[in-house]
Amino acid sequence: MLKYLAKRLAMMVPLLIGITFISFVVMHLAPGSPVDLATTLNPKVSEIAMERLTKIYGLDKPVYEQYWNWLQRLAVLDFGRSFAPDGRPVLDKIAERLPITITINLLSLMLVLVVAVPIGVYSATHQGSVFDQATTVFVFVGFATPTFWLALLCMTLFGVHLGWLPISGIKSLDHAQMSWLGQLGDYARHLFLPVVVSAIGGLAGMSRYMRANMLEAVRQDYITTARAKGLSEVAVIYRHAMRNAMMPVITILGLSLPALIGGSVIFESIFAINGVGKLFYDAVMARDYPLVMGGLVLGAVLTLVGNLLADVSYGLADPRVRAS
Amino acid sequence: MSVQPGMFGDFQDRLRTNRLAMAGAVVVLVLVAVALLAPLVAPDDPNRIDVDAILLPPGPDHLFGTDELGRDVLSRMIYGARVSLEVGIVSAGIATLVGVLLGALAGYYGGWVEALIMRFVDIMLCFPTFFLILAVIAMLEPNILNIMAVIGLTSWMGVARLVRAEFLSLKERDYVTAARSLGAGDLRIIFRHILPNAMAPVLVAATLGVAGAILTESGLSFLGLGVQPPLASWGNILSQGKANIEIAWWLSLFPGLAILVTVLAYNLLGEGIRDALDPRLR
Repeated sequence: MLKYLAKRLAMMVPLLIGITFISFVVMHLAPGSPVDLATTLNPKVSEIAMERLTKIYGLDKPVYEQYWNWLQRLAVLDFGRSFAPDGRPVLDKIAERLPITITINLLSLMLVLVVAVPIGVYSATHQGSVFDQATTVFVFVGFATPTFWLALLCMTLFGVHLGWLPISGIKSLDHAQMSWLGQLGDYARHLFLPVVVSAIGGLAGMSRYMRANMLEAVRQDYITTARAKGLSEVAVIYRHAMRNAMMPVITILGLSLPALIGGSVIFESIFAINGVGKLFYDAVMARDYPLVMGGLVLGAVLTLVGNLLADVSYGLADPRVRAS
Repeated sequence: MSVQPGMFGDFQDRLRTNRLAMAGAVVVLVLVAVALLAPLVAPDDPNRIDVDAILLPPGPDHLFGTDELGRDVLSRMIYGARVSLEVGIVSAGIATLVGVLLGALAGYYGGWVEALIMRFVDIMLCFPTFFLILAVIAMLEPNILNIMAVIGLTSWMGVARLVRAEFLSLKERDYVTAARSLGAGDLRIIFRHILPNAMAPVLVAATLGVAGAILTESGLSFLGLGVQPPLASWGNILSQGKANIEIAWWLSLFPGLAILVTVLAYNLLGEGIRDALDPRLR
């Protein structure tokens, strides 16, 4: 296992270099520079001031030198400073936004698991039933529904027409005056729609996946054996089949790590939630190079780590893989 | 195609009996017709501003209502279908082309060519795709050509993997050895002998790819980084819907429904083709 881990970690190095290289190239595709953006709107800025800005940002150096410098700083986890007026370190800006994004994603992941696993198991054990067909339709529609549209509809219905739920932010204006319990309820009301909406896509995928795994599992010989020795159907399905069908779910969980960043961009800007998704969206719009590069690199590294975690935990959970 | 006519006829029969796939195909055809004939079917000029008809709810004059400039939403959606289909088809085309080329090279030559290409695939797969697309589009300029190119160039990796896997097994077949012993060059073997036999899964991936690209474009337009107004797209009508969420539900409902139906149709068609091509499912 340790040898395998070392090999995997070594393989990550060239991938990491490739990731940083592509991120860097992307950022330098742009014809404009952040200096233009800061100055074209302001005619009073002189040539000298523009040059000074360029120097501060290091944009006067040749591109390969900029890349090398950036890479060197990256090696010690220094993602540079944001181009925004506050000029704060990129890592700090990301770190302070992470808790809310992670909270929403974890909640929606839990929702997905709690709902999708039983749906998948039931559809598989009642293949062809009305319930199975209904979930199949739901899965197809779920895959085709743009998340942001669903968010928009829910906001219109529950927020505007029924007035049940708030439609933006994570807390009310009078949040500070509420009791401890009131504050918790306030968060819950604000987070309800974002969590549910972001879970829909995962729900469709996961229930489909679980169904396929269960169908595969119940055909195995050990299920026939379990039935033959007289175990109850409940024991056969839930202890023998489901435990094996759950295995690949570990992989999916590992692979959903990068969705933290990609998926959050859209729904955080819809619900006006100040998480990393909104941070990166704003950074893209403002051409904040260091922050966008930080986001790309971090997102890609997260994917690498997610893949590794998935494989390793799969190995730990499956005795057959563990042995080899 | 070096597929025998009998096999292909079989495929058509199986696809025809799949009602969901046929429904998908019909919707796709209708959409293409509407997009092509937009000037004839649209009830109104999509860009005609009418200050007396601002944000009218759906009614006999405007079936899907009007937007904040008094433009007819149905007409804008019909012209928006052009954008969605164009972006979907061209992006998926680019992705398929790049994926097939790189996958074929990797699978056929193996060795360092394969190692290089497949590591590149791994690297590209690591990026949070939507965020990458968003960043690149913002750096360039959000026009339809850039959008098609960027979506295409960030979604070829699946096809490359598929094609490589097909080539790995197909290149060992007897007919390839036979072609080679007859003196056929590498290019001829790749494109004339192996590729036609590897196209089935590619067709499925390309169909599903159209659906994915349409979803991505609508997301970009919704965030203001897609097709720019006054050119209508389903995504940018939806972003107007968000701006007028308190007063105009019709701006949010109809364009989203159009995206849903289109993506669903392509997905059903793609799945249908997959099932029809897979002999194990018979």
